Amino acid sequence: MKKNEVPQDKSHALAGETKTIYALDESGKVGATETSGWDVEDIVLDQALEELQRHAEDALVRAQAGKTSPLEFHMYKQRMDLPMLAQATGQFQWQVRRHFDPRRFAKLSAKKLNRYAEVLDLTVDVLKELPEKHE
Amino acid sequence: MNKPFDHSHAAHCETGVTSALLRHHQLDISEPMVFGLASGLAYAYLPMIKINSLPLISYRMPPRMIIKIFSRRVDGLTINFEKFRNPKDGLRRLNEKLDQGEVVGLQTSVFFLPYFPPDMRFHFNAHNLLIYGREGDTYQISDPVFSHVVEVREKDLQKARFAKGALAPKGMMYYLDSIPEKIDYEYLIPKAIRFTAKMNSRKNPLPISGVRGMHRVANKIKKLKNEDPRYARLFLGQIVRMQEEIGTGGAGFRYMFAAFLQEAGEILGNEELNEEAHAAMAIGDEWREFALLAARMNKQRGDQGFGDIADKLREVAGLEEGMYKRLVDIGK
Repeated sequence: MKKNEVPQDKSHALAGETKTIYALDESGKVGATETSGWDVEDIVLDQALEELQRHAEDALVRAQAGKTSPLEFHMYKQRMDLPMLAQATGQFQWQVRRHFDPRRFAKLSAKKLNRYAEVLDLTVDVLKELPEKHE
Repeated sequence: MNKPFDHSHAAHCETGVTSALLRHHQLDISEPMVFGLASGLAYAYLPMIKINSLPLISYRMPPRMIIKIFSRRVDGLTINFEKFRNPKDGLRRLNEKLDQGEVVGLQTSVFFLPYFPPDMRFHFNAHNLLIYGREGDTYQISDPVFSHVVEVREKDLQKARFAKGALAPKGMMYYLDSIPEKIDYEYLIPKAIRFTAKMNSRKNPLPISGVRGMHRVANKIKKLKNEDPRYARLFLGQIVRMQEEIGTGGAGFRYMFAAFLQEAGEILGNEELNEEAHAAMAIGDEWREFALLAARMNKQRGDQGFGDIADKLREVAGLEEGMYKRLVDIGK
């Protein structure tokens, strides 16, 4: 790729930041240059974010219907999934899955709640709550 | 004692941190040279490691390997690594080193760093950055993937250093202990290139790494037409994201490798290496072409064309194989 062909698509994911990429100048030398992003990157990133969003919305609806606990919603909202959350909290997946049961979740010890809150970067109060709508 | 720190914008965090750290200590070395000497270029398809229930595909050596291999290969270079069980100890030790005027490298999670744009904040635990100063509880950071320096509060930095999960950083910090006056390029460059070429060519018997790994992924893509369309789209998207978004991406690493080959050719006075640099650039272009095809198909939500995408990947694999074959004999 030549330096003047480096895409400058002003990626919204980069929010005004730039990335460095190596490209050819006219004399055939490879050197560092800046890019404001490439549409292809935005397409696949948006797709991944949408997938997490979809999971979060789905979990919110089920949580409001009392079919799952707020934990599942917050997990997806904070961009985690079950294997990640289990690993981050040092538990088996089936242990975390049990805490998706609203009744079990309501009885969780302060210690367990704190651990979830910490890895999800939330306060315990927020962790127990459900928002009206997922933005 | 406190030499002002020179921030430079790099393409990749780990190689950027390493070269900035060495340059700060008067050993002038470029980012691509670090990448090349550490034999950072790779390809690995790791279906047993799942991220958001999709397989991991890597276009370079695993995190921490680049800096470790580099410090092992370069004679007279010692980098001290420290990990901490207790976050308080990690903080104390970091402050101690900063007060001594040291520039300190850290492994962190991306998710907890507020200066990252929101869309980029994923739970990726193997990010690298440098800390060059502190004022009260605000840390001055040179993050090589940003064009400017940034600041982070102690609270957020601690969260990022002690994030849990896969590749947990455990507060890892590193700093230079001893540094050589110069690097023996005549010896190291051919050695590093041969290593990269062997590891990625068919000489590597592992079916999931290097050229063999690419063919395996191509097979997998071809079979996607029998899968649930949603999964197929996510799988393709994941490949492209791993390639272009996370870190520098597959094409980005090929371009960086090209920069390394060219620089190596100049140092050794070897014109062949300059030619290979242009070959590596062309391969990078093909990777981007592949990414474009995959992303375009995803956007149209069609299910035709998996065969074409797989063929494109095979074509790239063929080009890489050719390059590795020629590089194995470099310096013999």
